[in-house]
Amino acid sequence: MSRRTKALPVPEILPAQAHPMQKYLRMDRLPHIWCSGCGLGTALSCFTFALDELDLGAEDVGVVSGIGCTGRIAGYLNLDSYHTTHGRAIAFATGLAVAQPDKKVVVFSGDGDLFAIGGNHFIHAARRNIDMTVLCVNNFNYGMTGGQYGPTTPIGSRGTTAPYGNYENPFNLPYLAASCGAVYVARWTSLDSRRLKEAMVEAIMKPGFTFVEIVSPCPTNYGRRNRLGDGLDELRTYAERSVIRHGADPRDADLIPGNDIIVGRFIDRTRPTFLEAYEQRIIDKQHFVRPQRMGKGPHRTSGATSTGGKAGA
Amino acid sequence: MAERILAGTHFLNGDEACAEGALAAGCSLFAGYPITPQSEIAERISYRLPQVGGVFIQMEDEISSMAATLGGAWGGMKAMTATSGPGFSLMMENLGLGLITETPCVVVNVQRGGPSTGLPTLVGQADMMQARWGSHGDYGIIALSPSSPQESFELTIRAFNLAETYRLPVLVMTDEVVGHMFERVTIDPDAIELVERRPPNAPPGEFLLYQPNENLVPQGMPTFGDGYRVHVTGLTHDERGYPVIDAATQAALVPRLKEKIARNAADIIDVEETEMDDAEVVILTYGISARTSFGALQAAREKGLKVGMLRLRTVWPFPEQTIVRLADRVAGFVVPEINLGQIVLEVERIVCGQARVRSVPHAGGDIHDPQTIVTAIEEVLHDVS
Repeated sequence: MSRRTKALPVPEILPAQAHPMQKYLRMDRLPHIWCSGCGLGTALSCFTFALDELDLGAEDVGVVSGIGCTGRIAGYLNLDSYHTTHGRAIAFATGLAVAQPDKKVVVFSGDGDLFAIGGNHFIHAARRNIDMTVLCVNNFNYGMTGGQYGPTTPIGSRGTTAPYGNYENPFNLPYLAASCGAVYVARWTSLDSRRLKEAMVEAIMKPGFTFVEIVSPCPTNYGRRNRLGDGLDELRTYAERSVIRHGADPRDADLIPGNDIIVGRFIDRTRPTFLEAYEQRIIDKQHFVRPQRMGKGPHRTSGATSTGGKAGA
Repeated sequence: MAERILAGTHFLNGDEACAEGALAAGCSLFAGYPITPQSEIAERISYRLPQVGGVFIQMEDEISSMAATLGGAWGGMKAMTATSGPGFSLMMENLGLGLITETPCVVVNVQRGGPSTGLPTLVGQADMMQARWGSHGDYGIIALSPSSPQESFELTIRAFNLAETYRLPVLVMTDEVVGHMFERVTIDPDAIELVERRPPNAPPGEFLLYQPNENLVPQGMPTFGDGYRVHVTGLTHDERGYPVIDAATQAALVPRLKEKIARNAADIIDVEETEMDDAEVVILTYGISARTSFGALQAAREKGLKVGMLRLRTVWPFPEQTIVRLADRVAGFVVPEINLGQIVLEVERIVCGQARVRSVPHAGGDIHDPQTIVTAIEEVLHDVS
């Protein structure tokens, strides 16, 4: 059994002041809808710091979300933001990314949205190496609809539709992403805000399909039903259990309650993006004229050529 | 370098003509999934789009095809997808997203027999009510119906133009026979008129994404990265595009989505009248069924029957005023369609007992024997004599 701790009282109430990354937030949409202790605020905040570090603005980056608690992130970002249908964020983002190859497309959504209803789109976008970054906040359940079990719920954990405990095998998300061809795969918890921000920076800058899993508390639903305490208790668990293993084989990164939480940058490799392969194999070989849309800015290149069929190291 | 517009006279099937129409209209993204009898559209456009700077992407299913089409549209492209019945069903979800986010794009349905897998290689027209009502919730829709390869070319261009004008996904409801029928298609680039995307009418900060103009259509559409910081959501939203989950916002948005089509119906509706001056019976039909109906019309005229034809090139919105006007002066309507009676329901509703309305149903897999239509005409005339 894990050591149970209770959150200490907050020592002092901080005076109200502007969020340092207010320029990236739609202040007229706040306060947000998320529960106290949820990791989504941290994930959103890390993302804005990552954009700031990269000096990216509304003309450089757009965010696409699906449905669910994480799906609401798009609506709080003061960027071009597209809040689509359940599971279809990656498919929508595919159209956006091929239409504007000089811009950065980020899909920010939850584990149920991306890997249950949207799982097919995830694996095929990764296979095609569409130039986009997928940030998945994994809170192990469907929070928005009331705490049902989902594709990442550990065996034995309870949800409102798993009253006797979940008996389905969950996805190991980094392993899934790596298997499908993602060129960058990392996992951090919402406690690791600095490392998470750095992973977001790396993922956004890397051409191709990049993936970051953000392990996050859901004290209202998942945490409460599984006696994990409040949000701070879950963060303490992350502090106690997280083990950084850069370059670890994602097969070893299963998330099992009571075991170590393997975090780090697991995959960082290069292979041609969808549009690079398209240009190299079709446009250039057939001597077609490169479309104008490619000429508007510094077109992102992976440095890889499409002559090989396998992913590079 | 190949030309975007395939000028001249060509021998094309309806699917190929549809693909060429998309190119001529300025389509630069096609996202689709293979399905019979649509595949010739995807095959042709996968060959042609790279020649002219566009992108073809074969998605993993029709759900993602529709979603990527919408994404491409917000990325600034004219975008299209094409499918048949089973794929059309899968597209209904994101068709709704396109309708509530007022995203211009084109969806082609080369209809085959249903339900389910039905008759993959054989004709049907049984998706006409799905075209009107298939996605959940209330909305207005535009659906065009070509009767020939030439019209497949022309109506695909018109679909792109209507999509830009009225800011919604526009449906081209063709069918297996029109799709696979080879005929002469004449393309005159000088005769093609295109509607381009309206840019925002105000700078960032002042622009309201969903503020309607006098036609109830949003004022303009920023492209991803233009600096407008748009928020586009499938939730009920206000004029800024921000989600507002209450009855008042719903009442401001959803009736407008329906009304922007109804109010502009006169501009959208396109019907062809044949031998209507002295007609006592009107054949009301569309798509391939108009071709068989023309044979029936000629046969009936040879028998001395006063028959005309009203052919719907736009099925939705429905030409209510034309039918109301006709119902006052003709004895009846005969409605052949390759389904068990779909559009005939709309005719019955509008005619409202003022004239006879007779369905000429066909379960699919084949086109009508024109004699069945002639018989229906004779029965209507017999009933009223």
